[in-house]
Amino acid sequence: MEIENYQMKESLFEYCLRLGDTSLILGHRLSEWCGHGPILEEDIAMANLSLDLIGQSRMILSYAGETEGKGRTDDDLAYHRDAMQYRNVLLAEQPNGDFALTMTRQFFISVYNFYLYEALKKSKDKNIAAFAEKSLKEVIYHVRHSSDWMLRLGDGTEESHARAQNAVDDLWIFTDDLFQMDHVDELLIKEGIAADLNIIKAKWKAHVEEVLKKAALSFPQINNFMRTGSREGKHTEHLGYILAEMQFLPRAYPDAKW
Amino acid sequence: MSEGNNSDTQWQLWEVFTQEKSGAPHEHAGSVRAADKEMALLNARDVYSRRKEAVNIWVVLAENIVASTPEDVGPFFDPANDKIYRNPNFYKTPEGIKQI
Repeated sequence: MEIENYQMKESLFEYCLRLGDTSLILGHRLSEWCGHGPILEEDIAMANLSLDLIGQSRMILSYAGETEGKGRTDDDLAYHRDAMQYRNVLLAEQPNGDFALTMTRQFFISVYNFYLYEALKKSKDKNIAAFAEKSLKEVIYHVRHSSDWMLRLGDGTEESHARAQNAVDDLWIFTDDLFQMDHVDELLIKEGIAADLNIIKAKWKAHVEEVLKKAALSFPQINNFMRTGSREGKHTEHLGYILAEMQFLPRAYPDAKW
Repeated sequence: MSEGNNSDTQWQLWEVFTQEKSGAPHEHAGSVRAADKEMALLNARDVYSRRKEAVNIWVVLAENIVASTPEDVGPFFDPANDKIYRNPNFYKTPEGIKQI
């Protein structure tokens, strides 16, 4: 009995980190645009997206800390873990690049979150269900905003089309990482807490392919090599730099209070 | 608003009107630049409803707004000022009525 409970606790903790870390890192990446947006309205829009995501992250990371039961708060988890302990998807940590790359990354992850949260609304864990329900409204807007840009960039000028196509081509290798499942998912799916990512993958593919087609953008048809590993904390070279910047302040001034 | 920018490099100007709560009148909130109406709506949502100021948004191309000019103040509005018989001032409103 005790072993079962321990496994449940561990798995639930891991699962929450996967949700929270993705939102946190993606939110952080978007915050890097603040003051540098191509136009004022997009600067504000991306700051809004960023705040939405960071808010979502706080909610689920708080629950992660509670679940772990070692007294770690959302701040502790955000600012005092190293890259190997982070569980965000690889897509989230990719550099912003140009606006097309940022919007493509946003589109891929927002559509993923949409179907994932839609499924998690029915989670038997009421904290996860509440998190999904609350976040879904924001994510619906993220999908709308980023889809709009995929259409404009892809079906726009020659330059915007080229940049959008490069973005899709560059990011595609990280998209399978979104759907990796392991023993954590197996256990939690059995308990009715987690979502089956195979089902999400099918919905994601259909949705993404439809929008990309409308945007006159192509994507690899053959099964190319896909980079994965985020579930085990195996990240790309970028996460370290992100955390160095993001975690500098609380680590340099541990007694600082806002 | 400064119109010194070359219109080729600026998107169209849209005026934004937000409705604070259901049933209230839409009020002018400001303006956004956008390439078309869908983008104008999204931009207006991002810029003007950050702190719960709206339940509904209208966006209108600035060039579609027809406005009276300051010179019109005299002939347009002054004549109404000394005609109190046009106002419903000479009966009591029933108690309990909040908005008429």
